Amino acid sequence: MSSDQLQGYKKTLNSPYTGIKGWIDSRLPLIRMMEAEYLKFPVPKSLNYFWSFGGIAMFCLIGLILTGIFLGFHYKPSAEDAFDSVERIMRDVSFGWLIRYLHANLVSFFFIATFIHIFRALYFGSYKAPRELVYIFGLTMFMLMMATAFLGYTLPWGQMSYWGATVITNLFSAIPVVGDAILQLLLGDFTVGDSAVNRFYVLHWLLAFAIVGLVVFHVITLHMTGSNNPTGSEPQSWDETVSFHPYVTIKDLNAALFFFIIMAFILFYYPNILGHSDNYIKANPMITPAHIVPEWYFLPFYAILRAIPDKLGGVIAMFSSILALGLLPWLDTSKVRSCLFRPIWRYCVLLFAVNFLVLMYVGGKPAEDIYVLISRIGTAYWFLFIFVLAPLVGFLETPRQPLTITNYLQSKKA
Amino acid sequence: MRKALLAFFLLFSFNSYGAGAKIDIPKYDWSWKGFFGTYDRASAQRGLKVYREVCAGCHSMNYLAYRNLGDLGFSEDHIKAIAAEHLILDGPDDEGEMFERDGIPSDQFANPYPNVKAARAANNGAYPPDLSLIVKARPKGADYVKALLLGYVDPPEDMKVPKGQHYNKYMAGNLIAMTSPLSDGLVDYDDGTESSMDQMTTDVTTFLAWAAEPSLEDRKRMGLKVILFLIVLFVLAYISKQQIWRDIKH
Repeated sequence: MSSDQLQGYKKTLNSPYTGIKGWIDSRLPLIRMMEAEYLKFPVPKSLNYFWSFGGIAMFCLIGLILTGIFLGFHYKPSAEDAFDSVERIMRDVSFGWLIRYLHANLVSFFFIATFIHIFRALYFGSYKAPRELVYIFGLTMFMLMMATAFLGYTLPWGQMSYWGATVITNLFSAIPVVGDAILQLLLGDFTVGDSAVNRFYVLHWLLAFAIVGLVVFHVITLHMTGSNNPTGSEPQSWDETVSFHPYVTIKDLNAALFFFIIMAFILFYYPNILGHSDNYIKANPMITPAHIVPEWYFLPFYAILRAIPDKLGGVIAMFSSILALGLLPWLDTSKVRSCLFRPIWRYCVLLFAVNFLVLMYVGGKPAEDIYVLISRIGTAYWFLFIFVLAPLVGFLETPRQPLTITNYLQSKKA
Repeated sequence: MRKALLAFFLLFSFNSYGAGAKIDIPKYDWSWKGFFGTYDRASAQRGLKVYREVCAGCHSMNYLAYRNLGDLGFSEDHIKAIAAEHLILDGPDDEGEMFERDGIPSDQFANPYPNVKAARAANNGAYPPDLSLIVKARPKGADYVKALLLGYVDPPEDMKVPKGQHYNKYMAGNLIAMTSPLSDGLVDYDDGTESSMDQMTTDVTTFLAWAAEPSLEDRKRMGLKVILFLIVLFVLAYISKQQIWRDIKH
């Protein structure tokens, strides 16, 4: 290696700044990185408000971590004290009710934002090359989110916490041979109890920060390729982009404020509407609630679980429903990204979204004949969509020629 | 393995529960409903009297302390007097003995039974639930609590009510271990309000609703301010956005 090459390799000392800023930046290139990735970063100027939900989800995550820290100061993770300590937070800790209701409702809104965010990725083809890894890190985060939310829901140790934990952790026992051993390791006991609360509390924290770590990977991979946009066409010139700041920051701020106004309405006037009244009864292993219902955001997956009349089969279907989505970048055979230009696939994706809501509805209903039937049809469509329609529609359909960003914006104006 | 089977069974066991007749709980007017609703203090104070003279014989309210009654407009002396009417088990003292003393405002509400087994033994095996959270712990909350208290009617002729159970048209399954706890004129209100069934059930439910969610008024007051603030901020952000994007050619 010649000395010139070596000089180029050690480029970190050549900071574009001077003074203290330059001193820090030449040793820790964070300032120039932030400037490149968050101030000057070029973003297609055709983004619509669907593109704000990633940022909104991140705000929710930050809010959850902050409120979680304050809850953690007062919460006691034991079967004996957990429920009482939550009530103490609600009654005696100053603004404890606010922190706790924020934490409980932010989760729901985190899921709302994430569902919209994933729908955006499907509809506008953001999962396709070269953004496969962005998408896969996203789905991984989504699964960790579900695990974290489940663990968090058990912590208040109400009736739904306890019985939800009992039902869901027992799914692990469906795994052949090692199932029971995994279950015992997870619970630290043969049943859900004192040691389970303790472990769930630790895992709830651990996974929350694992999500933060994945956010970093999600964003790094995104910034390698840049954002997709409604046309699915890559920007052809600087003219088709705007800088991240102030254009996207102010737009996302608008969307976020609108979103959090709706959240504030629920938070301050109906703080328990997304929860279950049984969770205000202290956990009692001797009494089973009439209905054991998971949180609303698990209902579509709960419907898939119950659609299969076999425990192991149901568990496999539930987990593979999300894992299979990760194959979409390779199963979708179309060259065109955005549904705006795909006449058939567009309706497949819209139906997938409707199907998701239908599964959510039947997941909250008793497992009676009609609801089981609907959940089976819904589950069938879920996998049909991924494994059959994605490859097939790509071949059968004649997509329109995607517009460039400039032409798209002109056609929208006209 | 048995636990696993049980869990599996629970997953698919909704049939039996879903099949029961649907019970319609009537809707009542409550002082704390709406954007500006607050707990009717006079009603909640009367409700406390109903609780102390009737419900407290069997039902605990473990999450409430006497000092919390300040929220309902009771004076400090009044709260001291209320607390002092109860004996609280304290200790151990320096000799290692437990002892009883008069209650003070910082004590939690006195429990009618020393433990769950004693409560069951005194109530034919049924355990009277703690009432601190009862309004939040039932679907339909306050409406349900009031309806249940008014729901003791004669059973249908073809129905056999087992011994120790009572017919109640709003209870799930229509059978409840508690007898009708209230009757017209049962409680002698200090403020001269007539203690009809309707009045007493409204009062005690108001008291229980406050007990379950004492932060409700603070929450609604703060909510209004927060939402108005966010709307103003949203308008400013919207104007800024229009301003910033104005020069971008579409």
